Amino acid sequence: MSIEIRNVKKNFGDFSALNDVSLDVPSGELVALLGPSGCGKTTLLRIIAGLEAPDAGSIHFHGKDTTERDVRERQVGFVFQHYALFRHMTVFENVAFGLRVRPKETRPSDAEIKRRVHELLELVQLDWLADRYPPQLSGGQRQRIALARALAVEPKVLLLDEPFGALDAKVRKELRRWLRRLHDELHITSVFVTHDQEEALEVADRIVVMNKGKVEQIGTPQEVYDNPATPYVYNFLGNVNQFKSNVQKGEASIGGSNIKLEKENQQADGAALAYIRPHDIDVQRIKSGSAPAFEVKVNYIHAIGPLVRLELQQLGQDAIIEAELTQERFRELGLNTGEQVFIYPRNVRVFADNTASA
Amino acid sequence: MAKKHNNVLPGFNLSLGFTIFYLSLIVLIPLSAAFIKTSTLSLHEFWVAVASPRVVASYKLTFGASLIGASINAIFGLLTAWVLTRYTFTGKRIIDALVDLPFALPTAVAGIALTAIYAPNGWIGSLLAPHGIKVAFTPIGVVIALTFIGLPFVVRTVQPILEDLEAETEEAAASLGANRWQTFTKIIFPAIAPALLTGFSLAFARAIGEYGSVIFIAGNMPMVSEITPLIIITKLEQYDYAGATAVAVVMLLISFVLLLAINGLQWWNSSRNTRAI
Amino acid sequence: MSEESTTQFSKYSAKVAKSRATSEPTWIRWTLITTALLFLSLFLFMPLAAVFTEALRKGFDTYISALADADALSAMKLTFIAALIAVPLNLVFGVAAAWAIAKFEFRGKSILITLIDLPFAVSPVIAGLIYVLIFGLQGWFGGWLSDHDFKVIFAIPGIVLATIFVTFPFVARELIPLMQAQGKDEEEAALVLGASGWQILWRVTLPNIKWGLLYGVILTNARAMGEFGAVSVVSGHIRGMTNTMPLHVEILYNEYNYAAAFAVASVLALLALVTLVLKSIVEWHAARSARAIEQN
Repeated sequence: MSIEIRNVKKNFGDFSALNDVSLDVPSGELVALLGPSGCGKTTLLRIIAGLEAPDAGSIHFHGKDTTERDVRERQVGFVFQHYALFRHMTVFENVAFGLRVRPKETRPSDAEIKRRVHELLELVQLDWLADRYPPQLSGGQRQRIALARALAVEPKVLLLDEPFGALDAKVRKELRRWLRRLHDELHITSVFVTHDQEEALEVADRIVVMNKGKVEQIGTPQEVYDNPATPYVYNFLGNVNQFKSNVQKGEASIGGSNIKLEKENQQADGAALAYIRPHDIDVQRIKSGSAPAFEVKVNYIHAIGPLVRLELQQLGQDAIIEAELTQERFRELGLNTGEQVFIYPRNVRVFADNTASA
Repeated sequence: MAKKHNNVLPGFNLSLGFTIFYLSLIVLIPLSAAFIKTSTLSLHEFWVAVASPRVVASYKLTFGASLIGASINAIFGLLTAWVLTRYTFTGKRIIDALVDLPFALPTAVAGIALTAIYAPNGWIGSLLAPHGIKVAFTPIGVVIALTFIGLPFVVRTVQPILEDLEAETEEAAASLGANRWQTFTKIIFPAIAPALLTGFSLAFARAIGEYGSVIFIAGNMPMVSEITPLIIITKLEQYDYAGATAVAVVMLLISFVLLLAINGLQWWNSSRNTRAI
Repeated sequence: MSEESTTQFSKYSAKVAKSRATSEPTWIRWTLITTALLFLSLFLFMPLAAVFTEALRKGFDTYISALADADALSAMKLTFIAALIAVPLNLVFGVAAAWAIAKFEFRGKSILITLIDLPFAVSPVIAGLIYVLIFGLQGWFGGWLSDHDFKVIFAIPGIVLATIFVTFPFVARELIPLMQAQGKDEEEAALVLGASGWQILWRVTLPNIKWGLLYGVILTNARAMGEFGAVSVVSGHIRGMTNTMPLHVEILYNEYNYAAAFAVASVLALLALVTLVLKSIVEWHAARSARAIEQN
């Protein structure tokens, strides 16, 4: 079932949590709402679930307006960041809860409930914990039970609020791959909220980047990472170097050099901000050719792991530039701290600098 | 006692010594006097003192009225705690503070005030009298007084638990299709039940020993509206020290059992609440 | 996003979270509120109102003269004396007990905590009785006391003892959980910095527990001034001598002098209201300082 969100607004007092948000979640996709805390992503998820009502705008499930519909009738599965398991019930009873509270006419028989619960517990691979109580489980187990509980009511839509936020790094990685596999198996339309860009990039079919109650960009992980639509998205997804710049006739001046902009990245003349990813910076010992280059000093070398991170400082400037090299390239260059080298930016993105005129 | 305290802070011997000394002087030695005095009675004398029809009638009244009073408080105390934690209305903070009035108001004052209200010419008594209902000077009056003095216990034990309940748990129930009543009976009530039981027991224990607020409204008719603490006083006034003490020992033993039960309940309650996370 | 707007956000979101999925229809809400208020009016507000109405029924002059009566004044004096002795003694005990229990591990600790709670479980009448058994004429020390012409029972010492007994656990009960929650890090830090035991107590521990301490004192004082059953047994009801205010209320009431009885009762009711106000203020401060600690 697809979800359509139309012009949703939500204020808490004079704080605007959602400011005219519109969004389509295609049927069967796994979509991530990504943004820093306070950007409105959890509020949007709660509004989709019906746990909160929007001040304006509407929510449609498969074209049908559900804005006024109670959470109990929306048939959504909701997974909470802190699990919200019923601590006085066994794991089995937790999962069975949604079936047991159905009105008599639609309630499955006890045998049927038992069968379905065990099926779900097998799905989350925790059938052996059926008789335990939530406080006896680990965080990862609890979250899997919470998911099984949400799936028990056969929701049309699965909503997850920072599902891995309370878990430690290793479990988090395991669980998100597991969630991806589970989604590929069930194909239930799912929306999950996260502030972790790595998580969103790895798990989601589509990422919705949010900031200050607005949608900044919607796209596949590849799209939003490679072609950020706004400086904000550039900053939020991955590491990036930011330069103050000025655009004149299709050329951006950065730190004294002029860099020709590619066709798809043209900007009107004026103050601008330029962005270069650390891995898009090539380091050379000697200046070669006519390509624009900066002369920099190597401040610090961090050589642990597959990539070597360099902290560089342009001569005569305060700004620090980060560059990433492969270990191979690093050894080839034989760099040492304090040396002066040249860097060549490969992919430069430029955005008009709205703050400069202010 | 302090065998394995590898603690660098000073003052352990002094503070524990003083604590035990003061506790013994004020509480333990005087209480033991009651048991020692009773042991001077023969078994038969003891039995006559504690099991005469008038005394047995007083047990029935004391325990029965205490049980009813504590039950009323369990129901309305839960309701009051719910309303105070969940809803907003004008004057809520003042009402919240006033709930503790029975703790702060001297029992004698409560006793004469309740009597004034429920006497046949009082504010409520005069409304009930034409229907043939007598409250003051009957066992009903005893229940009223015991309800009053036990009122804060349930409210104050349930209130913090209700405040700490996670909204998320209730939202989870709603998202799974449970209606409000189902959420209350299956999710909220099991969570507050131990606290409710603790509050009930505290109100019950307090009611059993209560004297000041009851004697004014009870009428104190032997066999009908005479509570056990009053029996003790009556025996004392007749210089029947041994008899008074025997009845006191029976009450003490019951109180000790209740105290142990309440401590056990609170321990169970807190261990249940800390087991998670 | 600024920190201020984040907290504002979460504050509102907590509030709004209750407004849908987790709240009841308006009519149920108001039915519950009305029922609770009805119950509370019946059992709380009405008795309180009755005290003042009855006290002023015969006019203001009668009211004043009932309070200015010599016996009433001496009852007030005795009530304050009893509280003035009982409160500090139980305060010192409470701090000592909480120090031993919260800062040290020893065997029998939970038994000790239960024993401290014991006076709450004992009927006030029995609290009076046990002192009669010890200090009364036929009691353990009765003979010795009368030889030395010193009266405990039917005299002020007995009243003070009974008051101490019934208010025994209040301060300790407030302080033990509070000091257990605070741990002993700060005391150990002070010790490392060279502070003596008394210095630690005065400069580190007491400032940390001041609100809990005050709370316990307020409760102790309220109960001490209002105690009836225990004091009634040991007092002997000698007018102008061994009558506390609650006992004076009883005597006036039993003489059918209702206006005077309620006049004295109204003073006690006012004290109770002052207690509740002080208690609310202390609770507010305690919650604030607890929040401040949490934020650090």
